[in-house]
Amino acid sequence: MSTNSKKTPNTSLALEFKSSNFSVPVLALSSNDLITIEQQLKEKASLAPEFFKNLPVVIDLQNSNKLNYDIDITLLIVVIKKSGLLPIGIRGGNAQQNKQALDLLIPIYSANNGLTHEEPQKQPTPTPEIITRDTSTMLITQPIRSGQRIYATGDLIITAQVSSGAEIMAEGNIHVYNTLRGRASAGIQGNKDARIFCFDLQAELISVAGNYKVSEDIDASVRNKPVQIYLQNQALIIQDILQHH
Amino acid sequence: MARIIVVTSGKGGVGKTTTSAAIAMGLAKKGHKTAVIDFDVGLRNLDLIMGCERRVVYDFVNVINGEATLNQALIRDKNCNQLYILPASQTRDKDALSQEGVGKILEELKKDFKYIVCDSPAGIEKGAHLAMYFADDAFIVTNPEVSSVRDSDRMLGILSSKSRRAEQNEEPIKEYLLLSRYSPGRVKLGEMLSLEDVQDILSLHLLGVIPESKSVLNASNSGMPVILDEKSDAGQAYADIVDRYLGEERPHRFIDEDKGFFRKLFGGK
Ligand SMILES: Nc1ncnc2c1ncn2[C@@H]1O[C@H](COP(=O)(O)OP(=O)(O)OP(=O)(O)O)[C@@H](O)[C@H]1O
Ligand SMILES: [Mg+2]
Repeated sequence: MSTNSKKTPNTSLALEFKSSNFSVPVLALSSNDLITIEQQLKEKASLAPEFFKNLPVVIDLQNSNKLNYDIDITLLIVVIKKSGLLPIGIRGGNAQQNKQALDLLIPIYSANNGLTHEEPQKQPTPTPEIITRDTSTMLITQPIRSGQRIYATGDLIITAQVSSGAEIMAEGNIHVYNTLRGRASAGIQGNKDARIFCFDLQAELISVAGNYKVSEDIDASVRNKPVQIYLQNQALIIQDILQHH
Repeated sequence: MARIIVVTSGKGGVGKTTTSAAIAMGLAKKGHKTAVIDFDVGLRNLDLIMGCERRVVYDFVNVINGEATLNQALIRDKNCNQLYILPASQTRDKDALSQEGVGKILEELKKDFKYIVCDSPAGIEKGAHLAMYFADDAFIVTNPEVSSVRDSDRMLGILSSKSRRAEQNEEPIKEYLLLSRYSPGRVKLGEMLSLEDVQDILSLHLLGVIPESKSVLNASNSGMPVILDEKSDAGQAYADIVDRYLGEERPHRFIDEDKGFFRKLFGGK
């Protein structure tokens, strides 16, 4: 770090701008009631504290502004930080909100995912610096061991084993291309169409949109088999994938 | 480059200290300058197994607190001049260790030693955390029983998420399984998990199986790491483990029931 250290030869660059796509969750607000927001954030965070801790988010104000809820950005940022999240941008804000964000050194993103550009976005295929998607797929190739918790905002694909005592959660589907011995919850925010797929079912608990079965309730006929698990009329169905009807 | 090896398990009493002493001695005897550190602050065990308990002047905590230099605290082993022991303090509690202090000592040791073996205390609390935090390799000592395997699995999760390598997104810690106190006879009777059962749950790279053996107790009573008892089965198992760790091929032994009796009977070798 010192300035009088060896001079870098002119030929080697000290830095480089690279284009890249980040996947950052978006926090879409549809209320300006900071107390309710704080409370609901807290509830969400309690579902997966490890995941939410220092999670970067972009705050989306499109909907709340459409509903004429004027949110004070300065106060909102305080509430969000308090819940452990790290706001790294806002989008869909009005002039006043954008100014408040910039005063806090928080970048402004355009509503179409990319960074705000001065020029109007007429080009059909702009290349945004940051793509914010909240339904990205999470791929894990390492074993999930006892005591570990994984939370995916979209689908979750795991190619290694999930040990008993481990917990995997996804807002979308869960695929485990290995033995599933821990707890698996798909559609954790209420998506009833979510499914769990696994190569070898030995789970301690399985759940889709809050409808669960514990190990004891899982029929022996579907244990140690490749199965899919889904909801049908509020009932959790466990089906042997290889069994043809 | 120096490598830091943590010997860990989660569960207590599975053979971590026995293993730490044996492999540290094994590595040193192969000519690699090795230090073995007792992280079990408050209990102190390693110095007994290494037979140097009467030569302890300063300990790990003294060095962290700056009350002694590393050179003053390191005890040279009486059997092997490539081996040094950094004993734990018996008079302090676990809070005497800090991550920063441990990091500094390990950095200093890395300049001078090829291998640094960290004997972890049981559990997953602070002492165990500090023992594994800076590791490059982890020797997971497991006994063939459900609770031990479970705890090992838990420890593996901690290694892959809470270690320095994990936090800094470096290549993960290399994990090895050491299945200890294995008794093929009892496995056959269904009193113990088999190697296969354990691997089904942990699926780790197996470094070796160490048989249940009276020689371990004899060795610790005489303050000699069991690997020095070259005739004993446990000593040979640890020697194999050291060789395999160093990249040599050694067929696995002590997994099936001993055929030695029949061999003797029929004059085989
Ligand atoms: N292969 C073996 N055969 C027979 N006894 C063994 C074997 N390995 C270890 N032991 C015995 O098991 C006991 C515990 O061993 P050791 O102290 O090495 O375990 P540890 O994991 O370090 O324990 P702690 O968690 O208390 O630090 C000792 O009495 C030791 O002699
Ligand atoms: Mg011990």
